[in-house]
Amino acid sequence: MGNRAEKFSLSPPGFFPSINTIVLLAMPTLTDLPISVTPMPSHEQQAIVNSPTSRFGDRFFYLLALASAIAVVLLLLLVIGVQIRGSKLSFEAFGWSFLTTREWDPTPGSENYGALPFIYGTVVSSLLALVIAVPLSVGTAVFLTDLAPLKIRQPLVSIIEMLAAVPSVIWGLWGIFVMVPWLNSHLVPVLKSVLGFLPLFQGPCIGGSMLAGGMVIAIMILPIVTSVSREILRSVPDLQREAAYGLGATRWEVTRIAVLSYARRGLMGAAVLGLGRAVGETMAVTMVIGNVAQIKPSLFASGYTLASVIANVFAEASSDLQSSALFEIGLVLMGVTIIINIFALLLIKAFETPGSRRA
Amino acid sequence: MSALAVLCAFMVVLPLGLILYHLLSKGIGSVDWNFFTQLPKPHGETGGGMANAIVGTLELVALAMIIAIPIGVFGGIYLSEYGSEKVNFWIRFGADILNGVPSIVWGMTAYAVAVVPFGTKSAYAGGLALGFIAIPLILRTTEEVLVLVPNAYREAAMALGIPRWKIVSQIILRTAMKGLITGVLLAMGRIAGETAPLMFTIHGNMYWNHSLKEPIAALPLQIFNYATAPYDDLNRQAWAGALVLIILVFLLSASVRIFASRRRG
Repeated sequence: MGNRAEKFSLSPPGFFPSINTIVLLAMPTLTDLPISVTPMPSHEQQAIVNSPTSRFGDRFFYLLALASAIAVVLLLLLVIGVQIRGSKLSFEAFGWSFLTTREWDPTPGSENYGALPFIYGTVVSSLLALVIAVPLSVGTAVFLTDLAPLKIRQPLVSIIEMLAAVPSVIWGLWGIFVMVPWLNSHLVPVLKSVLGFLPLFQGPCIGGSMLAGGMVIAIMILPIVTSVSREILRSVPDLQREAAYGLGATRWEVTRIAVLSYARRGLMGAAVLGLGRAVGETMAVTMVIGNVAQIKPSLFASGYTLASVIANVFAEASSDLQSSALFEIGLVLMGVTIIINIFALLLIKAFETPGSRRA
Repeated sequence: MSALAVLCAFMVVLPLGLILYHLLSKGIGSVDWNFFTQLPKPHGETGGGMANAIVGTLELVALAMIIAIPIGVFGGIYLSEYGSEKVNFWIRFGADILNGVPSIVWGMTAYAVAVVPFGTKSAYAGGLALGFIAIPLILRTTEEVLVLVPNAYREAAMALGIPRWKIVSQIILRTAMKGLITGVLLAMGRIAGETAPLMFTIHGNMYWNHSLKEPIAALPLQIFNYATAPYDDLNRQAWAGALVLIILVFLLSASVRIFASRRRG
């Protein structure tokens, strides 16, 4: 959508002596005419064009639009500024060791806060979610673009959109009362007996766990990863597939070599975008992850994430220092998501080559 | 290989089926007339509803829209009609970054901006937090639909000597109105279910509140509080609330679909 509006954005209104000049420049069919042959408007048109009200209206409208656009940038500065200002106290008290301290001790007099268990919980639950969600999403995207009968494609896309619309708190509710009991009674024993030799799958699983947190995040990022992957796969040129078929490749080979490996950078972008969502996910995770600030290798142990600790503690922060520590956790969370999102946008943009989009 | 892809698609659809099934089977029993008309009862007393939370959610969404629609739509107009490539790139970039900011961070921001200075949690603060989330969403959808308006419309209007602001407000916006409303409805669906931004901003209560300057209840927050409470009767209310909330959200997205599918009139 690069050049559609350029012709009309020569300059903001009011900066030119007369709107006629803009009109003339804006008309592609008239650009070869010299400016001096501008058709003279009738008296009424002249009145509209040059009347003080219309010039005022133009300028006012432009300023309104400009102010709104600037407001978006200011909003970004605001959200970053608030977090930085809020975390000042904590940064002065703990410095960079905040990121590597395991303790979270609100006892008055010996307050000591560190973010490490929360960083660990966020990393583990998000990565687990990616491991579960990305293969399923990419598989579904392949199904949607290359395999599914045309008739069921649109309904399936609608279902995935509905999945995306389910609020986080409802996944959390479902997680508490349906998923966690099922995990602990059905899935955990199976994992233990099959993969129990790995430290990841050892120890008791009571109540909320990293596993539950990762699962619920996985469900929540399925729709975004699927729909972005689908967009990516749709933009793989047909020529790519046809060439592979022409070489005698089977359907699986076409998908694997001509489509998936061609689109791998874009698909990675989709996965990273999912990671960005996963890291910031709050309510559902808070409700199922157990909320214990510890670092245990087992997925069956309870964990705590950056977003969850803010959700649970911020409203009842016991001291200024604690609330500042939570602002610093928010700052870490926001910084990480911003970096992840920029990375994802770059990956997707790098994949999108102009003119390759399939109808 | 095809079977694998079908299996993936099935696994993606499965959670939606499960959640709808459980919401209906666990929630429908507690959704009755009282649920929509009564205030919550404390644990132990039977009956009671979430009338205040339902109204509270509607108020919060309305407040958020009052904040987000003007800024989002005018920002979209700037991107589509006025901005240069370079400026647009940075504004779009900013909006994309804002879209990725976790909702809990918006809650903290609104707390710092609208709760701390006034010393009380309020509907305004909650509406502000939700509005922050909706601004980049509306901005990007507005830009996308305005760009779809054919340039010939702008050229024809300019040739008639119509002032720029009238061209935008009366021709371009009107042509794109359907798309604009779709974008706004999508944003409403997204924020109606948000809980995290409300945790520090509205507090929630059990009563009718009569002023937007006071704490207010909201459906998602009520669901969260009831779901994490250790009492069966409150848990049941949480399921009922979740059923109502998801119907609200689905109604919003259904209206989007109806709107989008109707032909340009």
